[in-house]
Amino acid sequence: MSDSGRWGAGVIPYAEMGYWQPDYEPKDSDVLAAFRVTPQPGVPPEEAGAAVAGESSTATWTVVWTDRLTSYEQYQAKCYRVEAVPGQEGQYIVYIAYSLDLFEEGSIANLTSSIIGNVFGFKALRALRLEDMRIPSHYVKTFQGPAHGIVMEREYLNKYGRPLLGATVKPKLGLSARNYGRVVYEALRGGLDFTKDDENINSQPFMRWRDRFLYCMEAVNLAQAETGEIKGHYLNVTAATMEEMYERAEFARELGSVIVMIDLTVGYTAIQSMAKWSRRNGMLLHLHRAGHSTYTRQKAHGVSFRVIAKWMRLAGVDHIHAGTVVGKLEGDPNSVRGFYDVLRLGRVPADPVRGLYFEQDWASMPGVMPVASGGIHAGQMHELLHYLGEDVVLQFGGGTIGHPMGIAAGAAANRVALEAMIKARNEGRDFLAEGRDILRSAARHSNELDMALGTWGDITFTYESTDTPDVVATPTTN
Amino acid sequence: MRITQGTFSYLPDLTDEEISRQVEYALGHGWAVSVEFTDDPHPRNDYWQMWGLPMFDLPAPDAVLYEVNECRRAYPEHYVRVNAYDAGYGRQTTALSFIVQRPAVEPGYRLDRTEGSDRRIRFAVHPYALDRPRGDRYGQDPAS
Repeated sequence: MSDSGRWGAGVIPYAEMGYWQPDYEPKDSDVLAAFRVTPQPGVPPEEAGAAVAGESSTATWTVVWTDRLTSYEQYQAKCYRVEAVPGQEGQYIVYIAYSLDLFEEGSIANLTSSIIGNVFGFKALRALRLEDMRIPSHYVKTFQGPAHGIVMEREYLNKYGRPLLGATVKPKLGLSARNYGRVVYEALRGGLDFTKDDENINSQPFMRWRDRFLYCMEAVNLAQAETGEIKGHYLNVTAATMEEMYERAEFARELGSVIVMIDLTVGYTAIQSMAKWSRRNGMLLHLHRAGHSTYTRQKAHGVSFRVIAKWMRLAGVDHIHAGTVVGKLEGDPNSVRGFYDVLRLGRVPADPVRGLYFEQDWASMPGVMPVASGGIHAGQMHELLHYLGEDVVLQFGGGTIGHPMGIAAGAAANRVALEAMIKARNEGRDFLAEGRDILRSAARHSNELDMALGTWGDITFTYESTDTPDVVATPTTN
Repeated sequence: MRITQGTFSYLPDLTDEEISRQVEYALGHGWAVSVEFTDDPHPRNDYWQMWGLPMFDLPAPDAVLYEVNECRRAYPEHYVRVNAYDAGYGRQTTALSFIVQRPAVEPGYRLDRTEGSDRRIRFAVHPYALDRPRGDRYGQDPAS
């Protein structure tokens, strides 16, 4: 296209404005994104990809002469590859490269306002999903990262060689602070490492935050004295304003808690602020991914959780809920493994089977401890260890509190099951195949586990996942 | 009471055979293995006393078992633990740590409370054993 054509007033296709560059070689310092696009009928996939690149970087709907006051080639995002998704008519994966210059250092808010700011409502697309991103080391290094990370958390808690155990206090709404603390005490003295506020426990009329903090910390300290182990309760400091969150977090610190908690609903900037506060104050930071399924679950539109996981590692949380595979909530095994890789590994290889479109080098940024929570119980311990590995917090809420012999017994059942499974794994046994036998023989010296297996042994949640990787064989369209 | 620090405190005490198999697992990963002992089981006591240096590049678990038993002989009334250390890049931390001996009687901990203003309470966990001097906390050991 001639220059006068490119710069004449009016509307021209994005592909012809420089946003489609099939020959472009991404630079090591580029931020890369893989989007799944479903163009409107009649819109060619390359034009759709170029439109996404344009609308998430410099373009507007018409030609503007003021572009010529800039080195626009530098600031334009470039769609450099388009691939049809096998078996999904009308869907394409488009790869886009963004220059590092487009982003403010260390700001998730800025990164996301650029990449997902406007483009998801674009009329020429029926649907759009951000599948994955490659964050270059140059950009990774501008973020704090986890306040402590997996290694420091284990050393701080003095707990090695096994997953950590937790439970969310139930019922999640309605308990008075004193009753709530009772659940915390029983679960921790029985053998759990952590208990947890639920995402919607903040400071309601039935239980104000300050009362909850006081009773929970009494429970934590009593349990420490009864077991000789470090214990923690995730005190949820989520509140309406940053000032209130700081006030609650500071009170938790004063009471000697090892950990505080926030919800994803507080927003990226608040998360980054709390991550900095947590590092400054020596507190672990737990993040509940409240609300994420509104945009992560549907395959054609939204943002994949693997992208959220990357943003949250950059933002600096120590824990994040990342799926259970076997529990009650959505989670295809390969996708979940991909999320766990993103959170824990130092360098994550590209692996389409796990939904990982790019290699990601974390440039020595510590890992985030994934949390598996929702409908899991002691009878699944072999599967949990197989799918999720060792650096994970396994959270058994109902599976602790619903135990017929009481909460402490429920906690002990989980701990015995876990330690027996780790011991068997380390002894070289095929613990996945022999899981039930391993649990049954461990139950011979634990009434608590025996009763747990009798109550929940056969409970499973087997539904088909909505969000599954599907680009293993990806022919190129052009 | 039974203190529940370490990877296997909720299981029956490990036999020497079972300890060997855990050590084999550690050696299979190339981890260094060490033996430590203490008579201060405070949950924040990070530095148990070292029974010699960590053992690197061991071909078989026998040497660890030997050291465990030597340590037990010298300190029969102490806690003894086996640690495996992963020096791998990105870890550089303990990978496994489990108790292989306990004193015959574990008196446990006292919880001290200091009441402050606004219903605040400051807690301190105090091992009863610490009321006696080191080496005399759980009965006399030959090496104490």
